[in-house]
Amino acid sequence: MQSQRQKQLVLILAREFVSNLSTPALIADASGCLVFYNEAAEAVLGKRFPEVGEVPLDDWLTEFAPRTTTGEPLPREQRPTHIALADRRASHLRYLVTSADGVERGIHVTSFPLFAHMDEFVGVVALFWRD
Amino acid sequence: MPVPGQETLAHGGNTSCVEVLRDDETALVLDAGTGIRALGLDLARRGTRRIHLFLTHLHLDHLEGLRFFAPLWDARVTLEIWGPRSQVFGLRERILRSFSPPLFPLDFRDVPARVSFHDLPAEPWRAEGISLFADLVLHPGPTLGFRLESGSSSVAYIPDHEPVLAGIEGRSRDWISGGAIADGADVLLHDAQYLEEEYDAKIGWGHSSVDAAVAYCRAVGAARLVLFHHEPDRSDAALESLHDRACALTGTDLPPPLLAREGMSIELG
Repeated sequence: MQSQRQKQLVLILAREFVSNLSTPALIADASGCLVFYNEAAEAVLGKRFPEVGEVPLDDWLTEFAPRTTTGEPLPREQRPTHIALADRRASHLRYLVTSADGVERGIHVTSFPLFAHMDEFVGVVALFWRD
Repeated sequence: MPVPGQETLAHGGNTSCVEVLRDDETALVLDAGTGIRALGLDLARRGTRRIHLFLTHLHLDHLEGLRFFAPLWDARVTLEIWGPRSQVFGLRERILRSFSPPLFPLDFRDVPARVSFHDLPAEPWRAEGISLFADLVLHPGPTLGFRLESGSSSVAYIPDHEPVLAGIEGRSRDWISGGAIADGADVLLHDAQYLEEEYDAKIGWGHSSVDAAVAYCRAVGAARLVLFHHEPDRSDAALESLHDRACALTGTDLPPPLLAREGMSIELG
């Protein structure tokens, strides 16, 4: 029997949606795996998505050394993407990261959960803006 | 909608209904368009008493034949109806909306057959020698595509589908709507309702152009495309033109697409 499932339809539609946005955006699936980010995000992150591939989102974000606005390390439980994944609720935060070009930048991140049915959590979308 | 008449004598004017025939006394039926009326008479003649009906979705052209499905009116019949989950209402409740006054003179409580309702998708459904896998596909409202496998044979049934909205070319199959259902299928029954020049005015209506159907067949690696879900206004002659277009697009590296017609039988290995 066919064992490999396609991505959940809501994720496929979300990918098409963010592909057409000029706002940087990424998508993670229900397991917390980064499955896509758009061209606008590539410009911010310094890498094309195929170079990164599907990786655990929390671990990957750590590469950008997220910090609070006062420069303290930002616990992952406070990251909007983690909150959307773990608590399945929307979250927004401004914090500091070090981009791939080595420059410290302030970013605003809004992340929200995706539910195909009320009891079927399929992933999260995160939108982010530079200061 | 059904379109019987002189213009559709060759390909038929009923709406979607497909039977998967096996060496078994249980019937598997895909969708309950008006084509199910004649099938019901045939099942009654064959003495079939156990039927599984799999509904891709509940748009009327896939449901309107159910009320005239002869086995439904036979107390000896067990009918299990499978369909897509909804956000709010259960499958039974949604189907019964069209099965009561003022839309129909009888109420579902008058149905003598033993009928039960089940939500899909769940785990793959299995019966003797056959497996059925369902997944949501791109079409307005909750809509499923089905993949059936028996032995080494597979058939994918995605009659109402607009995958181009989420991308076909340049995508890996897991990112294509219905990609796992149609992946490498021996036979793919797929929506090919429009000509490309008609599609621009119908974007978002949930159906594919013949060009998109051929592109989809290539992208998912299906062996043979069956052009399905004909535009109601298309005559037999116009359908043949659409078929010519599909054959030209397919070229010589794939078997030529088949044009679905009433009573068509496709044997799988």
